[in-house]
Amino acid sequence: MLFISPHTYIAAVLFLCLMGFLYWAILRGMVNTPSETLPTVQFFSVFWIPVFFVVPLLTMRSIAGERSIGTLDTLMTTPTSRVAVILSKFAGAYLFYMLLWVLTIGFPLVTEKLYPNVAESGALLELEPLVGSFLFLATSGLLFISIGVFASSVTRSQLVAGMLTFTTLFVVIIGGQQMGNLADAGGELSSWAVAAVNYLQIFEHLDDFSRGIIDTRPFFYYTSTTFLLLGFSTLVIEAKA
Amino acid sequence: METIPSIRVKDLTRQYGALTAIHKVNFTVKPGEVVGFLGPNGAGKSTTMRILSGIMSATSGSAWVGGICVAQNPHEVKRKIGYMPENNPLPDDMRVVEYLRFRSRLKEVPGHKLRAAVKEAMEICDLARTARRKIIGTLSKGFRQRVGIADALLGDPEIIIMDEPTIGLDPHQIQGIRKLIDNLRGKHTVIISSHILPEIERSCDRVIIINRGRIVAAGTSKELREEFLPSNRFSLIVEGNDTAVAACLTSRGIDADILECTPIAENRSELNLRVENEGNLGPQLIQILSSQREFILHSLAPREPNLEEIFLAATKRSWEETIETKPKISA
Repeated sequence: MLFISPHTYIAAVLFLCLMGFLYWAILRGMVNTPSETLPTVQFFSVFWIPVFFVVPLLTMRSIAGERSIGTLDTLMTTPTSRVAVILSKFAGAYLFYMLLWVLTIGFPLVTEKLYPNVAESGALLELEPLVGSFLFLATSGLLFISIGVFASSVTRSQLVAGMLTFTTLFVVIIGGQQMGNLADAGGELSSWAVAAVNYLQIFEHLDDFSRGIIDTRPFFYYTSTTFLLLGFSTLVIEAKA
Repeated sequence: METIPSIRVKDLTRQYGALTAIHKVNFTVKPGEVVGFLGPNGAGKSTTMRILSGIMSATSGSAWVGGICVAQNPHEVKRKIGYMPENNPLPDDMRVVEYLRFRSRLKEVPGHKLRAAVKEAMEICDLARTARRKIIGTLSKGFRQRVGIADALLGDPEIIIMDEPTIGLDPHQIQGIRKLIDNLRGKHTVIISSHILPEIERSCDRVIIINRGRIVAAGTSKELREEFLPSNRFSLIVEGNDTAVAACLTSRGIDADILECTPIAENRSELNLRVENEGNLGPQLIQILSSQREFILHSLAPREPNLEEIFLAATKRSWEETIETKPKISA
């Protein structure tokens, strides 16, 4: 249903327009005030801006929409398991989310084409930060999309699902960062508390990935939470049938 | 050899918190039968159908579909059932053929048979030429119902369950759906739920009446007539003093009662007469009524009570029984 719905393509257009604008703003900013940070790294550091609206738009309809129009009932009468339903909803939204991010590679490619002298420096398409950032987006995307699917499974209202997703994403992304700031300001914390706060800091994960540091802890954090949320979503649709 | 019933339901109960939606429901449906599930809104029809199709679990009791227990093997049961839910929910953005192909894949129709299965379902429901490539959101209510029925037919299920298939349709569309159900007779076991009585009466071999979560009657229309409205009924047109008809018959030892009196012309009325006596009373009534001076008998015809009257009698009886079984609150 995701790929036949106009909502999906509206979300995609909005995403690409916004990201295009942000990329242009970053490049323009770098022209005025030269920076040591690569444009690619700066570009992916604002990943949270599109995540806040694209993830709710892609996922709010997945289960809540089907439940509100009643097609979830017809889906449940087929010999398809509940797990398969949740996994396919998740896979559809996740792949589309990743496709949108892959399309953003077009921005540096277009810039390179239009301004070959800038591209000569190799700053626009440096491979290492690009791969690291995409690896971060792919793993964090698992968590973000599973939050959306779970929020959509608990309600029949798409609006409520969207609001729940937005709020949870806000808490997970910004809350983790704020906890880090508090920990820094609050003086000495025990080592396990620092480790726990760092474990939840998504921006720290992005920094590590874009610098080429591939740590297994963020992988574990994102994948385990994803499995947990998808498991809960399966139980919810089983119970709310 | 004893044939396995298509559906067997034993003491099926479903509670939503304190509310009992269905209570100890029992019935059996034989293979190839077309059965009507009749009841007022909120009687428990949809709950029973949802349990049978494996969407919802029962609080207690058992249901078997094609000999397979729904609670133990809902996955296998879903392969045997084609279900069209109430209000027939469909995705508005898809084309008819796309939707039916998608549903075929979900119903595990093998890839090489998929096109043929979709084509057959569309042809049975008369969608192939008219609405094949149309977007579902643009279809009329009648065509939407056809798409819902075509979906239920996909995968050639043994049992087809349709919850209110004719709701909101105009008479032409209802006739179309009725013909469609007739085409399914014998090939599939069909269960139709409805609160539109003439529909059930015309389409179904047998009727199950459910009220307040309990089965209050089950059988063919004839059996139900005999059980709930055993008296003879006649429709007669008289000219003159129509009030004298019942009195005249009572004086001759016939226990008669006028249920309805409709004036049809000046000094002429159509009467709906109920006679408690058994046997073939027509000639006797003609003889008695035609010899009266107070009125002139123009016509007399036996009248079969329709399902609506049976339904009202059955549900009334169940309400009375419910009231009687409730404990009296002492002052």
